Amino acid sequence: MAVIARTLDEALAPIADGCVLAVPRESSGAPMAATRALIRRGVRRLHLIALPTSTLQADLLIGAGCVETLETSAVSLGEFGPAPRFTAAILSGSIRMMDATCPALHAQFQAAEKGVPFMPLRGLVGSDVLAHRPDWKVVDNPFGNNDPIVLLPALKPDLALLHAPMADRAGNVFVGIQREFFSMAHAAKKTVVTVEKIHDGNLLSDPLLAAGTLPGFYVEAVAVEPRGAWPLPLPDHYGVDAAHLAEYALLATTPEGFADYLQRYVYERRAA
Amino acid sequence: MSGAPPENTFRDEELLADTICRLIGDARHVAVGASSPIPATAALLARERGRGKPYVSLLGSRAHTFFTDGARELFDCAGQGRIDVFFLSGGQIDGAGNINLVSVGDYEHPKARFPGSFGSAYLYYVVPKVILFRVEHSRRTLVPRVDFISAPGVSPENVFRPGGPIALITNRCLFEFDRERRRFRLASVHPAHSVAEVIENTGFDFDRPADVPTTSSPSAETLHLLRSTVAPMLAEVYPQFAAQVFGVSRGLPETRPVG
Repeated sequence: MAVIARTLDEALAPIADGCVLAVPRESSGAPMAATRALIRRGVRRLHLIALPTSTLQADLLIGAGCVETLETSAVSLGEFGPAPRFTAAILSGSIRMMDATCPALHAQFQAAEKGVPFMPLRGLVGSDVLAHRPDWKVVDNPFGNNDPIVLLPALKPDLALLHAPMADRAGNVFVGIQREFFSMAHAAKKTVVTVEKIHDGNLLSDPLLAAGTLPGFYVEAVAVEPRGAWPLPLPDHYGVDAAHLAEYALLATTPEGFADYLQRYVYERRAA
Repeated sequence: MSGAPPENTFRDEELLADTICRLIGDARHVAVGASSPIPATAALLARERGRGKPYVSLLGSRAHTFFTDGARELFDCAGQGRIDVFFLSGGQIDGAGNINLVSVGDYEHPKARFPGSFGSAYLYYVVPKVILFRVEHSRRTLVPRVDFISAPGVSPENVFRPGGPIALITNRCLFEFDRERRRFRLASVHPAHSVAEVIENTGFDFDRPADVPTTSSPSAETLHLLRSTVAPMLAEVYPQFAAQVFGVSRGLPETRPVG
């Protein structure tokens, strides 16, 4: 049974150095307060999986030296341009990159959800994405005839880290329409969630809420972090802090500017 | 200067969106991926012109999407043939329709790095009409051969491939893709641009007819629809683009409680 942690750091304790950590795409609700806390704690050697892409979250973790391996389909700041620390890390070779494509990552999580070793996926044949993934295999469709198809191994992260609108005291988490959160929690060995608030009552007792609720038995720990996705948006709750992202995009273009950003917005715990 | 242009002129983005809208044609479901403001403009314009048809799903939007099964539903849907039109770009695009969203130079030691392949290595194969867009038309972007194939333009006969490119639109012209010949053909040159300029700025060989038409300009009615109806919708997902191109700003986001 999940517990409501007394502090964010307590909830994040299971995220150890060297672990395989899965995080969601920006538009689903990225756990940014938790990301800043991990950077403050100095987590190292993460194998970070962003399902299926990332923005500021991956860029911050990479820039702060927390990431050894990155497995995702794309990292950028969207309308704010390239992700500067991601780009610099790739060019300098300071992280190991496992380039994927969005549906491949989804399929790999689905395989883990089902407890099967792999999932087939169309596309990919003849691409350099496939050519650089020795862990992906091409087989002849056993139900077809001369039909090459790619098999992707199940991806079972040590932890999934999510930010959601609310949880109840039993650790059930309302994720609403962001259904890849189910996939992530089902696939990961443990799931840690930050939420905007605690819901009084049982989220599973109302069928409208239950349909969008991740049961507490998947959840290792919950911490309450109002505006925990800031400066990124939380769908249906708050929008992106565009001025902040513009400031980040500018500062992060140099190592000195990035260090200045970390000092002001991460280490000094300056919040929205 | 940013903001909406006067009524009797139009911006490149409006011409491109209008042209893409025509390419969309008769479709049931059009999906738009990440970092695709001009295709999003075109898809919403198509929906306005079609009075609600086609279905339009914009990645990252809450207001303009039909998906309820998470981020993977787009791909599952596309795999079944339920997405008719999609849009892709590339840091590099070559004359065989190969697109590169990953890096320039050797992959292990790149000279430049782009964000990554997103869903291209799958959607390019399975969506029947993929419209390529790359606003910057130069020898840097339109190259003889891409350095990294995020997704190939064509595939061998035995590879499952109901989809692929139908066209490439840039700030200078529109190319159509000929799947049989595995090459682009110049379809039209945008107003105030020339065939010679297109040849000069394109790094790959392409076919062209003796007389190349000029891309049609958007009508006054289209410009009105774009500026009055489409632009405010775009501001949800592409606030910077909506502000720069249309002078539309989004109101402060509301914080609404749930449950």
